[in-house]
Amino acid sequence: MPEYTRFLEGSDRDLARAQTPAERLHLDLVLLTPILAIMTTGLFVLFSASDGDWDTVNRQIRNFVVGFAVLLLVAQVRIDTLKRWAPTLYLGALLLLLLVSFFGVGAKGAQRWLSLGFIRFQPSEIMKIAMPLMVAAWVVRHALPPRPSTTVTALLIIVLPAAAIATQPDLGTAILVGASGAFVVFMAGVSWWQIFSGALAAMVCIWPAWLFLLRDYQKQRILTLFDPEADRLGAGWNIIQSKTAIGSGGWSGKGYLQGTQSHLDFLPESQTDFIIAVLAEEWGLRGVLLLLLLYGLVVARGLWISFTAQTSYGRLLASAITLTFGVYVVVNMGMVAGILPVVGVPLPFVSFGGTSIVTLLLSFGILSAISTEKRVLSR
Amino acid sequence: MARTLDALRDTRREWMINRSRLIASVSAITIVLGVLVYRYYSLQIVQHDDFMTQSDRNRIRVEVIPPTRGQIVDRKGRLLAANKPTFVIGVVRERSEDPAALVDTLTERLSLTDGELKAFQERSERRRPFETVPIKLGLDDAALATVAVDLHQLPGVVVDAQLTRDYPFGEALSHVLGYVGRVSAEDLLELDAERYRGTLHTGKVGLEKRYEPLLHGKPGYQHVETNAHGRVLRVLEKEAPVPGKNLRLYLDLDLQREAVTALGDQRGAVVALDPLTGGVLAMVSNPSYDANLFVEGISYSDYAELRGSLDTPLLNRAVQGQYPPGSTVKPLISLGALARGFITPDTEVPDPGWYRLPGDDRRYRDWTLRIRGTGHAERVDLRMAIAESCDTYYYDLAHRMGIDVMAEVLRPFGLGHRTGIDTTGEQDGILPDTDWKRTALGEPWYPGETISAGIGQGYMLATPLQLAQAAMVLANKGESFVPSVVHRVDDLTVGGVQRPRIPMDEAAWQAVVEGMVDVVHSPRGTAAGIARGVGYQIAGKTGTSQVVSIAQDAIYDEDAISERNRNHGLFVAFAPVENPRIVVAVIAENGGGSGAASPVARRIMDAWLSEASDA
Repeated sequence: MPEYTRFLEGSDRDLARAQTPAERLHLDLVLLTPILAIMTTGLFVLFSASDGDWDTVNRQIRNFVVGFAVLLLVAQVRIDTLKRWAPTLYLGALLLLLLVSFFGVGAKGAQRWLSLGFIRFQPSEIMKIAMPLMVAAWVVRHALPPRPSTTVTALLIIVLPAAAIATQPDLGTAILVGASGAFVVFMAGVSWWQIFSGALAAMVCIWPAWLFLLRDYQKQRILTLFDPEADRLGAGWNIIQSKTAIGSGGWSGKGYLQGTQSHLDFLPESQTDFIIAVLAEEWGLRGVLLLLLLYGLVVARGLWISFTAQTSYGRLLASAITLTFGVYVVVNMGMVAGILPVVGVPLPFVSFGGTSIVTLLLSFGILSAISTEKRVLSR
Repeated sequence: MARTLDALRDTRREWMINRSRLIASVSAITIVLGVLVYRYYSLQIVQHDDFMTQSDRNRIRVEVIPPTRGQIVDRKGRLLAANKPTFVIGVVRERSEDPAALVDTLTERLSLTDGELKAFQERSERRRPFETVPIKLGLDDAALATVAVDLHQLPGVVVDAQLTRDYPFGEALSHVLGYVGRVSAEDLLELDAERYRGTLHTGKVGLEKRYEPLLHGKPGYQHVETNAHGRVLRVLEKEAPVPGKNLRLYLDLDLQREAVTALGDQRGAVVALDPLTGGVLAMVSNPSYDANLFVEGISYSDYAELRGSLDTPLLNRAVQGQYPPGSTVKPLISLGALARGFITPDTEVPDPGWYRLPGDDRRYRDWTLRIRGTGHAERVDLRMAIAESCDTYYYDLAHRMGIDVMAEVLRPFGLGHRTGIDTTGEQDGILPDTDWKRTALGEPWYPGETISAGIGQGYMLATPLQLAQAAMVLANKGESFVPSVVHRVDDLTVGGVQRPRIPMDEAAWQAVVEGMVDVVHSPRGTAAGIARGVGYQIAGKTGTSQVVSIAQDAIYDEDAISERNRNHGLFVAFAPVENPRIVVAVIAENGGGSGAASPVARRIMDAWLSEASDA
């Protein structure tokens, strides 16, 4: 470990200061406060989106509690330990992903779930965590920036599970998983010309992917993005209704619990993927900007954690987790507003659903651990 | 090994890399955030008004409340065309997970025919989102209970109650009332689509067609707030529909049924008018059809049968059937001749049983030739000529008048031009003269044709209604009214419109009517057979018209041909003579002679006059 950090300005102050209870629990309060604010906002929106169903709100609170328990647990794990276990976790998740292709339980035409009898879970969610851990561990084996051979193998590590998830088919998760790995490679310092040639190669790959990989309904969704009016009652319905909900909200919104689009059932998936439209309709652009501000605080803090992390591994991991979180927000809000295809990405901490909340909080546990580890090291 | 490499790492360089990449990330995030914020700004601020409108249009729907169609009642207020509650099973595509499968299920459960399915597809193409498209129409309570009892539980199925037309007396009145049918694409070309939104039926024929604008009414509207499934949550605003107007007819149901019974199986038509108003008391065309078949769309086989029948049940013979009037025109010609001075009541003509044009060998036979061969008498005057229907008298008269004068005197009685009765499909008949023949056939008029016209044969054609109208002129001695089925529309009287009066000496009317009374009441009258036991005086005139031809290319069996080559029997009459209360015209197709028609008229007059004296 770099020894000189001891002598950096401010290190002695860290040493001198007494540890707060949060620090002792490895919790980064600056990171967690905006998250809690988002969750609170989310509960209000969910209450409206579910037509005042306390049961839904309570279940969401339970999801938050479980998620925070996981966060607390993970925050105590040393980053080194995570790095050591990364290959095992990754390979295990990959195996499960392949199992899902053969023994998975279908839902809405997609095979995503693995049933263990008492519990059903999505291996792709494990992969969301395992991916940045593994890619980061792989690229820091040698000095940064990575050599081309390392980059190529890293890309293989990324593409294999992403493709498996995309064929389930779950385009949204595949994008998130792929992005989390790609961000690691990007942050590791791969040269810009490599990035551009890689992007070019990816574009060339889109054509066969369109032909062979994407299912009809996915193609439909992408086509719908360009012309939602073409099929008003079919594939275009969701987009038209969500845009109508957002647009009719105006600057100040129709008022809490007053949204006609959501309360009269015009808005589909209003509790899950399209919940931002409920907020936009009832709270207006004000509410959207407030929420974006909170997300911005989370991302800013995450990048700051990356900036101040002690090790390259921690830096890569922190920035990858943070940027992936940003992708969540942008893809969700973009698709509901009709500028991105509808790919089934939830709005973090606002959309109803346990899986994504637990996975997200788990990753924020890692972030919290990275944030607090430097102080542990400093002692 | 990693540990040894770690020792060699350039930590500062890696930190620098991270810093530059973080700066790149922050820039990228800023740009993406900018795009996102711009998008929401554009939707929520720039396009806010559009989306607000869109959102309101989403939830607020204008529903049409179709008006209730006006009813038709007879002169005593009995319902002839009513509105019966029936059930419609409809489909809302958006509410069904699998509309195709749903349609299959319904097809099986309701045993839908191909025609019904085709109509459903056509309606589906014109539908709006979340609109209910009818798939099965006209189920009554019982049918709904047996086939459709739990259908409303299927998502996407709607069971609606609505009013449909019902004709409780079926065949007896079909030709008078006509019928309504489903609004078709062609109908919408002439109807105001806005007024017919939500309306399924429109008048197709008869009164239902003629009075459609009045019977229909005006639709109402309501603004309702609905959810995405089209369910109405509350009514925001409502404008009630204006029901259609009710029609009260001159027609008397009892008399109509009496006429149907009197005619029995006899093909033909009966028209009974009230001479004081021109109101149609009864109008029968036999054979008939059941108007109820047409309301929800007649099946192809039923329709083919009606269309293809040799008996042409769809033809309303009373106004559409055109027959040579035969001797029934003789009183009318007599009046014209009296007015123009061609004869006086005392003018006498010898009748040897035939007539020969000067300078021509051809003999025109009097009808008596078949019976006794001697003609009516040495000298026949007007009264006898009418009573015994002396052809020779009228051959001579026609020859002297000439065809053009004859047409001229017959025209005011309404021959050759439709009466203007308030139903559909009325025909003009033909009142031939030289002009007509030159125009219609491009041939000159031959003198022999004038002789035939003198006894209502040849080119001359009239509908039973025209004959009844002419009889009304006789009954009223010059006064007459445009025949009308409808008396009042709600409180507005539409019947009783006067026709131009025919001015003539009282003596002329008297002379002709005397002859017509003798037709029935003199022992040698041509309708003396119906005089037995009659408690009032009838003035009538018989007629027999030759069947000109049957279409040469049609294939009929021999019995049918011989039957259909028989003469038509006609009879027109009014009674009581001094104070006429009813005018009747009867035609018995291929009845052989007027003997098939006059008893029918007697029964109708009996029924009406006994009723009138009871009342």
